[in-house]
Amino acid sequence: MKPLTPQRILAVCGLLLAVLFVVVVISLRMGAYPISISEIVMTLFRGVAGQREQIPSEFWLVVFGLRLPRIALGILVGAALSTAGAGFQALLRNPLADPYVLGVSSGAALGAIVSLVIAPHVPGLIQFAAFAGAAATITAVYFLGRRGGQLDSPTLLLAGIVSASFLSAIIMFLMTTLSGRDLRGMAFWLMGDLSSPAAIDLRWLYFILLVVLGSIYTTSSDLNLILTGEQEARHLGVNVKRVKLVVYIGASVLTGLAVSVSGAIGYVGLLVPHVMRMLFGTDYRLLIPASALGGAIAIVLADTLARTVVAPTELPVGAMTALAGAPVFIYLMRRKVR
Amino acid sequence: MSAGAQAHTRPFQTDPRPRLKVEQVSYAYSATDRSAPKFILGPVTFEAQQRELIAILGPNASGKSTLLKLLAGVMKPLSGRVEVDGAEVGGLDSRTRAQKIALVQQESELLFPLRVWEYVLQGRYPYGRRLRFESDEDCLMAGNALAQVGADALRDRWMEQLSGGEKQRVILARALSQQPALLLLDEPTQHLDIGGKVELLRRLRKLADENRYTVVVVTHELNLAAEFSDRIVLLQKGKPLRIGTPAQVYQRDLLEEVFEAPLEVELRVTGRPRVILRGSH
Repeated sequence: MKPLTPQRILAVCGLLLAVLFVVVVISLRMGAYPISISEIVMTLFRGVAGQREQIPSEFWLVVFGLRLPRIALGILVGAALSTAGAGFQALLRNPLADPYVLGVSSGAALGAIVSLVIAPHVPGLIQFAAFAGAAATITAVYFLGRRGGQLDSPTLLLAGIVSASFLSAIIMFLMTTLSGRDLRGMAFWLMGDLSSPAAIDLRWLYFILLVVLGSIYTTSSDLNLILTGEQEARHLGVNVKRVKLVVYIGASVLTGLAVSVSGAIGYVGLLVPHVMRMLFGTDYRLLIPASALGGAIAIVLADTLARTVVAPTELPVGAMTALAGAPVFIYLMRRKVR
Repeated sequence: MSAGAQAHTRPFQTDPRPRLKVEQVSYAYSATDRSAPKFILGPVTFEAQQRELIAILGPNASGKSTLLKLLAGVMKPLSGRVEVDGAEVGGLDSRTRAQKIALVQQESELLFPLRVWEYVLQGRYPYGRRLRFESDEDCLMAGNALAQVGADALRDRWMEQLSGGEKQRVILARALSQQPALLLLDEPTQHLDIGGKVELLRRLRKLADENRYTVVVVTHELNLAAEFSDRIVLLQKGKPLRIGTPAQVYQRDLLEEVFEAPLEVELRVTGRPRVILRGSH
C-alpha cells in the first residue's frame, strides 16, 4: 500500500516543469530568425535578472517581443484546456469528455464572437462572454445527455457533437454575414490558432487561471470518489453538489479563457489527461497539476510544429492537435466498446 | 485474550441501548410537483442492537431498497425518524454520517483502472480533510478491513481482474474501513454463485458477532436469511407485514401470499426454518 504523498506530486511537477522548460527553449529556437540555444538561455537569464541593457536588441525582440508571448499564450491555453478536460471526464464519468468534443469550446467561441460584434472594445468582456457561452453549452449538453434521469455516456457524446456542429454553423453564419468587421478569421474560431496576440494583458489571464486551477484542485480527492460512482461518493460523505458546481463553473471559466484568446483548439483536454493517467496514475490530486503542465507542454510543442513544418506558411495549432487527438479518441472509444 | 476471541465466547452479550432505532418511518414520492404523493413505504418501526443481523425481505418493488436508503440517511423520510446511537441520521452532516453508517449498493462500473488497496482506502475519506493525504492510520485501517474479509492477498491486484466473489469482498472491505457502527447492504448476494452467497452471509454473521457491527441486509435469499439473521423485516407493497425472528416470520400462509408461489416451511432442529418450493404434482 503506497498512498500518494505531497513529495511525489512535487517530484512529478518538477519533472514536467523541466520538460516544459526544454520545450520552451526549443520553441524559442525555431523560426525565421536564427538564434542559438546558448544565446536563448543567455537572453532568458539576463532578461529575468533585469539586465536588459546587456542583451543585443535583436535577441530581445525575437525572444521577449515575438516568440515568448506566443509561448506564454500557449502555456495558458494548454493548461486551461487540459484541466477542463480532466474535470469534465470526472464529473460526467466519461473518458471521452473534452471541451471541444462536448461543444463547450464552440459555445465559448460563439459567446466571444457575439461580444466582439456587440461591444468590441470593452476589456475583459470577450472573456466573460466566452465563459457564459461555455457554461450555457455544458448545461444544455448535460441535460440533453440524460436518459431516464441518468447521464448516459453515448447520448452525452452525441449531444456534445451535435451541439458543436450546430454552434459551428451559427459561427460560420455570423462570420459570413459580418465579414469586414474585425472578428479574426473563421479558422481561428473553429480550429484554434495562437498567431494573433491576446488583446488583454496576459498577467490577468494567468491570475484567473491560477485561481480557478486552485479551486478545482481543492475538490481533487472528491473527484477521485466521484469517478468510482456518484452514489458511492455521496455515501462516503462527499458533497457532490458543491463539487459539481465548483468544477462545472471552473471548467467553463477555463474553457472560456482559452477560447477567448486562441479559438477552439480541440482534443488537448482529451489527450493530455489520458497520457498523464498512463504515466502517473488516476489520482486527481496528482492528475490535475500534471494535466495542467502536460497541456502546456503539448500546446507549445504543437504550436512549434504548426509554425515550422510548412514554413513560411503556418498551420493553425488546432490542426496539429486534431491530427494527434482524433486517432486517440477513436482508440479510446474502441477500447471502451470492447 | 484478544478482543475478538473474547467477543466470540460471549456472543449474546450486547449493549442494552439500541444502536439502530427506526420509528414510524414512512416515505412517499410524487412523480410531478402537482400529482398526489404515492406512498411507497411505511410506517415501519423496529430496533436493532449491536451484533445483530437483520434481513429485509420482500418481493420486487416492495420498498426494501427504499427502506435501506432511509436507514442510510441518503433519503429523508416523509415522517418518523431513524436514529443511530441516539443521533438522528437526517441531522448528521455527510462526513459524520459516513463515519457511522456504511452503505454497500450494487457497485458502479469503474472508469479507470484502480488497485484494490486504492479502492479500500477510499473508505477512509470521511476521516480526512479536504486535501489531506492518507496517514499511516488510514493504511492500517484499510489493511485491517481487508484482513477482516480475508482479502489480504488481493491487495495489489487490479479491481477489474477480480472475480465476482472477490470483488464483493473488496467492496465490503471499503465499507469496513469506514469503521461504521451500522453496515447496510443492498442485495449483496445478487451476482454470486451459491458458494459465494453462503460465504458472504457467514462473513457478515461473523462480523456482527466478533466485531460488534449491526448489519442490515436486503436480500431475496429466504433460506440464507433464515440461517444467518437474528430478525427479519418482511415487506409487501411498502407495508411491514411482520417483524420478528425467522421462525416467527416464516409462516407458510404468509410467505405464500407475499411471494405468490407454492411454498413449504419446515422447522429444523436448530430452530431455524427452511423454505422449499412445493411441487405442483
